[in-house]
Formats: sequence, C-alpha cells, structure tokens
Amino acid sequence: MKPGGFVRAAMWAGFLFLWLPILLLVGFAFSADRIPFQWGGFSLRWFGALAANEKLLAAAWLSLRIAAASACLAVLLGGGIGFVLARFGPFRGRAMFGALAGAPLVLPEVVIGLCLLLLFVAMEGLIGWPSGRGAFTILLAHAGFGAAYVAVLVQARLAEAERSLEEAAMDLGATPLVAFRSITLPLMAPALMAGWLLAFTLSLDDVVIASFVSGPAGTTLPIALFSMLRLGLTPEVNALAALVVLGVGAMLGVALWLLGRRRA
Amino acid sequence: MRRGFLLAPLWLWLLLFVAAPVAVLAVMALATPSDGVPPFTLGLRFAAFAMLVEDGYYVEALFSALRLAATTAGLCLLIAYPMALGMAGVRPRWRLPLLAMLMLPFWSGFLLRIGAWIGLLRDEGLINRLLRGFGITEAPLPLLYTEGAMLVGMVHAYLPFAVLPLFTALVRLDPALLEAAADLGARPARVFFSVTLPLTLPAAAAGFLLVFIPAAGEFVIPELLGPPEAQVIGRVLWQEFFQSRDWPLAAALGLALLALLILPMRWFQKLEAEQ
Repeated sequence: MKPGGFVRAAMWAGFLFLWLPILLLVGFAFSADRIPFQWGGFSLRWFGALAANEKLLAAAWLSLRIAAASACLAVLLGGGIGFVLARFGPFRGRAMFGALAGAPLVLPEVVIGLCLLLLFVAMEGLIGWPSGRGAFTILLAHAGFGAAYVAVLVQARLAEAERSLEEAAMDLGATPLVAFRSITLPLMAPALMAGWLLAFTLSLDDVVIASFVSGPAGTTLPIALFSMLRLGLTPEVNALAALVVLGVGAMLGVALWLLGRRRA
Repeated sequence: MRRGFLLAPLWLWLLLFVAAPVAVLAVMALATPSDGVPPFTLGLRFAAFAMLVEDGYYVEALFSALRLAATTAGLCLLIAYPMALGMAGVRPRWRLPLLAMLMLPFWSGFLLRIGAWIGLLRDEGLINRLLRGFGITEAPLPLLYTEGAMLVGMVHAYLPFAVLPLFTALVRLDPALLEAAADLGARPARVFFSVTLPLTLPAAAAGFLLVFIPAAGEFVIPELLGPPEAQVIGRVLWQEFFQSRDWPLAAALGLALLALLILPMRWFQKLEAEQ
C-alpha cells in the first residue's frame, strides 16, 4: 500500500528534525566567526585550531585506542556468548547465563558505571588488581558493554543459519573444531564484524560509564567534550563534528555502494 | 567435557563483571560514608535507604525521571509512527538508504548532537538570532536550560530506537490485510486504526520501552540542556557520587532506580521473546 501524503510529509519532517541540527553544526564548522552558528565567511581556521588543541587530540587518540581494544575483546567474549546461546542447547544455569549476558543492554548507564567502579575499588582492595583506574578500567567496562551487543548479533545470525551445515561437516568426518572453523566461524563473521563496529562506536560515544571508571589519567574524548560543553559551545566542536559526520558518512556510503554492487 | 573450555571463561567473565558488580552495589548501599579514600567504611546500616524514603528530594527525583522518560518515549512514538509508516511504504530498494539516514545521526556522536542543540537554543544561538532578525522578539528568549530544551534533546537522541521496531513490524505486516480492509471500503485512517495499529501494538510497546528504559537513568541531557531544577535520578546519583562523595547514598539510588525499572525490563524481555 502506498503511504498517503500526510505520512510522507511527516516522515520527511522527522528526518529533517533528526538531520537539521547536525547539518547546521557541520556547515558552521566552515565559518570564520568565533561565535558558533554565526556565519563569518568561509574559513578552515577552526580545523586548524582543532589540530592545535593538544589536549583534545590526546583525548581522541586515547579514545580510539580504548575503542579498538575494547571492541576486539567484546567480539571475543560476545562471539563466545552468542555461540553458546545459539548452539549449546540446554545446559545447567542457561537461564542465568542468558540473563547475565543481556543485563548490560537494559541496565541504566549510571548504574553500570557506578557498579563497575565499586567492583574495581573492591577488587583493588581485595587482590590489588586492577591497581588504580584509568584507560585499562575503561577498556574492561566498555568490553563488557560491547560484548552484550555482539552476543545479540551473533546469536541472531546463528539462529537464522541452519545447523545442518555443521552437522553435515561432522558427518563427513570433520572434528568439532574443524567444523567450527570452516563452517560456524564464516557464518558468524558478518555478525562479528557488525558487532565490532557497534562496540567500537559505543565505546567512542560513552561518557557516563567512562567518567565513573576512569581516574585522572583516563580523559577520553567524550569526557573532554562533556566538560567543554558544560561551559558552552566552541567552534572547535563544530569542526570535530564535521570530521566525524563526514568520516562516518563516507564509510556508510562505501558500505551501501558495496552492498548495492554485490546485489546487482 | 569439551564445552567446559568455552563455558568456564565466559561464566567467569559474566559472574565477575555483571553479577558481582550488582552485588557490590548492594553491599555499598549498606556502608557508611567517611572521609577516607575510598570514602566509605563497610557496615550494615540502612541509613541510606531511610534517607531515600524520608527525604522528599530523592523520591521526587525518581518520579521526575520516570515522568521525563515516559514523556520522551510517548513523543518518540508519536513521531516514529508516521516515519516508520513512510519508510515501510517506499519501494524496497529505498528502504536501506532510509534506514541509513535514520541511523547515521546515531553514529555521529551523542555529545556532538547535544552540542548542536546548545548552538541552536542558547541566548546568542541561531534560533534567537533569527527571531530577532525577523523582528519577532526583541530580547532573547530563554530557550536553553529549560524543560523544553531537555525534552527536545531527549527525543532527538532516542527517536531512532522507537522507529526501528515499528519499521520492522510494518515491513513484516501482510499487505493483503490492508488491501482487504481498503477493498471493504475503509478509508486510510480507518485502515490504520483498525488494522495497522492493533497489529503493530507489540512493536510500539517495544519501541516505547526501548526509549523509556535508558531515558529513565539519563544524566547527560538533563545536565547539558535542562534547567538546574530538573533533578532527575541520574543527575542526583551523579551529584551524590562525584560532588557529595556519598557513595552509599549513590548506591542506594542506583538500587532504587533498578527496582523501578525491573517491571519495564521484564515486559520488554517478554515482548522480545514473543517476536
């Protein structure tokens, strides 16, 4: 059924609402004016200012490293959890296992952050590890959070795929390990890749959990941005937004193009 | 057993990093705040919980968080329904690009989007300059740090979560049902209210909860866009932890928020299981 004119108009109005603030933010990044969202002629000076802002650059570099490492750990853990939930059938404590695996998806961020910080403090008191808080504790926290998302994606992907392929491989004499490596792992691969990207972006975007579990040495980009935005907006934030949106847009464009080409 | 080699480390991780932290939260809520580092001494004291119940400030913080979350989720659904209808109604080859358009703002950085709203809404912001430029207002309207700014920011941040389940349900909806209703003489609005809406109600509920649950604990948006008096639970917990350094009280607030969210969470899991 074709949607009516009202629905069409409402849909585009919704997209406009989502997009207009972002497009304006990106557009005014190229303005020379020192007041954000004020046009003062075309200029790239705020990109220069961004490149010279060493604190922000250091925070961005730290964030990228934490995001990449935590996404890898999340894929390992979440891949395992999703595989267990999709392929192991009933086992003792399965309901508990599933509930724990899904908990980070529904718990409020402030609660996750507080809980993990208290855990790290308790562990340091009991066994002396991890000593102090910073990049490493953020990495662990983000990995746990990301693993929950990866597990959902992997479980859904494996639930879709027939189990008979793995069974056929084993009937033909493959050991479970060989069957896993040559059948299951390739089946899981797209979900693992999507999960890595999701865990990576979630980590790059998180300010609440990171604020709780970071020490003075763990200033990530969102933490730095958050304290900047508390004081108001500066044109450097516009420049950063332009870089992020254009970067993500380019990546998405390439992905869509590849998808379209494969289908054609 | 072989499977144990995979299960054991995963169990260890889940117990250590998911189950144990919640247990530690409960232990902390019973501790006593102190001036040491870390600022507490363990004990069995219910003072933090007593404070929660007796001090109207904390009760109000819980309720205003639930109100904010419900309003946000309701507004999101209202905007999401026509968007999802429109997206499900386009030719299949256009669905993926539209989905990308829906999700790209989500990938563009949560804080940056809030920054955009600050730039639009503040006294010297774009909206106020336009209003003055057209001679509609003389003094800048106070837009930023208001309930309205907070709501706009919340809806903007959470809208995609409400659209996705609705879109999925609408794409799966059997078009024959809609055609049958139309053939029997129902007008489009009637088709929507007597066929589409009842059949997608579970998806609408899922979308509502998908927004409601994280919105109830939201801290960043009320802090950056809301008025100082918008003391929602996420913000109060943050202040008790970082400013007052009363860890037991913050832990008790966290437990209270969890307790309030248990019903919506179970409902959401039930909806997910049914799909």
